[in-house]
Amino acid sequence: MVQFQRGALALLAGLLLTGSAMAQQRTLTYNADYDPIPLAAFEALIADFEAANPDIDVVLNNFDHEGYKTAIRNFLTTDAPDLANWYAGNRMAPFVNAGQFIDVSDVWEANGLSDSLASAKASMTIDGKQWGVPYTYYQWGIYFNRDAYKAAGVEEPKSWDEFVANCEKFQAAGIDCITTGSSALWPVAGIFDYLSLRTNGYEWHMDLTAGKVAWTDQKVKDVFAQFARIQPFITANHAAIDWQDAAALLVQGKAANYVMGNFAVGTFKEGGMTNDNLGFMVFPEITPGIPRAEEAPTDTIHIPAGAKNVEDAKKFLAFVADAEVQTKLNAALGQLPTNKNSTVPADDPFLSAGFETISTAYALAQFFDRDAPAEMAKAGMEGIQEFMVKPDRLDAILERLEKVRGQVYK
Amino acid sequence: MTAYWKANQRRLAPLLFLAPGMLMFAIYVIIPIAQSMWISFYDWDGLGERVWIGTANYVELADDDSFYTSLKNNVIWLALYLLAVPAGLLIAIFLNQNVRGIRLYKSLFFFPFVISQVVVGLMFAWFYAPNFGLFYKLTEILFGSGTAVLADERFVTYGIIVAGLWPQIAYVMILYLTGLNNVAPDQVEAARLDGAKGWRMLWYVILPQLRPATFIAVVVTVIGALRSFDLVSIMTSGGPYGTSRVLSYYMYEQALSEYGYRMGYGAAIAVVLFGIMMIFISGFIWKMWRDETER
Repeated sequence: MVQFQRGALALLAGLLLTGSAMAQQRTLTYNADYDPIPLAAFEALIADFEAANPDIDVVLNNFDHEGYKTAIRNFLTTDAPDLANWYAGNRMAPFVNAGQFIDVSDVWEANGLSDSLASAKASMTIDGKQWGVPYTYYQWGIYFNRDAYKAAGVEEPKSWDEFVANCEKFQAAGIDCITTGSSALWPVAGIFDYLSLRTNGYEWHMDLTAGKVAWTDQKVKDVFAQFARIQPFITANHAAIDWQDAAALLVQGKAANYVMGNFAVGTFKEGGMTNDNLGFMVFPEITPGIPRAEEAPTDTIHIPAGAKNVEDAKKFLAFVADAEVQTKLNAALGQLPTNKNSTVPADDPFLSAGFETISTAYALAQFFDRDAPAEMAKAGMEGIQEFMVKPDRLDAILERLEKVRGQVYK
Repeated sequence: MTAYWKANQRRLAPLLFLAPGMLMFAIYVIIPIAQSMWISFYDWDGLGERVWIGTANYVELADDDSFYTSLKNNVIWLALYLLAVPAGLLIAIFLNQNVRGIRLYKSLFFFPFVISQVVVGLMFAWFYAPNFGLFYKLTEILFGSGTAVLADERFVTYGIIVAGLWPQIAYVMILYLTGLNNVAPDQVEAARLDGAKGWRMLWYVILPQLRPATFIAVVVTVIGALRSFDLVSIMTSGGPYGTSRVLSYYMYEQALSEYGYRMGYGAAIAVVLFGIMMIFISGFIWKMWRDETER
């Protein structure tokens, strides 16, 4: 006991000494869900932030990516950090509506973010206020194996009809025209979103995810009619494999095309593909004349309502939104900066293509499971997966989704 | 004080000894059960305000196809999981002999119960995996085209149950092996003198003596089948399109998973599952109580 007291005294003295020596160090706790490559990129960013603000110490608690999605609900209500990662669009709505994220419109105002982050503003806005700051997004599109195209003697398609016609040639050559791995469901939503955006356009697709359109509507059936054209050419048994397993099929040349996000490029390249045989194309036009909208899921940082150090957290958000910071961060992430004044590395064909694709797009969708509320997204993706396995059940599936729609949007 | 203690010591001591256990049981079992029932009458996303909606969750449940799919799968689980009892008995009888190295064989048979359910799930998922899985390759050789068990709504639940049976049979086997140690040798001897052997010996002499082991084996297997969650979660996450869901997984999905923000609805499913379990548990308790009072 005596020793403990002596130790405590020494500790106290030490604290007092350092306290007087180097001003007050304030801590900023930050809960995040980075995989190894993004983690390294963010550690570099935090080091830069601490160098610019020597009086702030950022404590990063990194979670497992999938585990984070459920952990966030616990820590927001019990032990809130000062900063937390999440996603834009409807995905943040439950937290915003429950008052778990604070309004950061003042950060947007003070730093002119409405202008520099214009492309992402709509997806960060609920009730006319902004609830976080985006730091990256990435394009979706069709990634393809040029060697598989050569093996089947097929040219790159210029239109949707050509794409579908190619599929028959791939089938004759024993190659899956389109591959995907739907055991985690979300990859199928990418295909559906593009078919929907290209068939009926951005506004209609947003109405659908917002629950304003009935799932039994003829226009939904039009989308699935296009889906039915490629359904026979999608990798069989996709329901039992992960998206990474499907990526392996593309790498091995057993599949030709993959509707995916740009984060998959790293996986393709780890499998041995290079800029020479990995290709990227924008999803082809289906209904002529519809303005081209793209998928660009945005990753974001928010300040929880229970944050203890809101002032410094806002400083951090402003720092992350900065053009140069985003340039450096996204070069390390291999993704696109949300700040329009940032630049992308010119030697990466996929990033350059993505930047071009997104900046010339008519509008950006987040992704099915971020645009639609969680419950609708889950039921919808299950329905899409079921359609891909049993296309003849379409009517029953759509009726079930319509029932869910009636319950979700009240 | 001491006078009171002295007078009532015999009455108070058991209560005092029971108190810690009862406190724990109340905090971790009884109160949460009551809370779950309470939550099941609310519409609550786990974050915001709770709204009292009465029995609306249960009404919705009665009209929910996914709920019936889960319920049906739970019944299949229950029926097929009970196969672990005869299978475990068979292996136990087979291993209940004295040959060189029998201990090694016994521990090899016991092995699947020692490894974690997560590992069992992963191993079987690879076993069934399309393109490279052993089972897939086997069906490819036999039938010309491979069957991806976990991608096919017709087979997926059975595929998972097989994975679950593997460790469960080992568990039942151990229960029976210890039971067989307690079979009275003199009764076996007497039966043999009377000319009983083979099937009759097993049915009329051995099995009646194994009744306590059978009881425990059935109890753990029924409970194991009803709370089957880990294998479903690891192997399919309830897919393809929700056809391999069981009630416990459906509850998790609705209340706690990535897309689940419906605490009230999840709680309602939990209450239904609890009700089903209570049917079996009260049956077991009633049987135990009857056995004890009969003596």
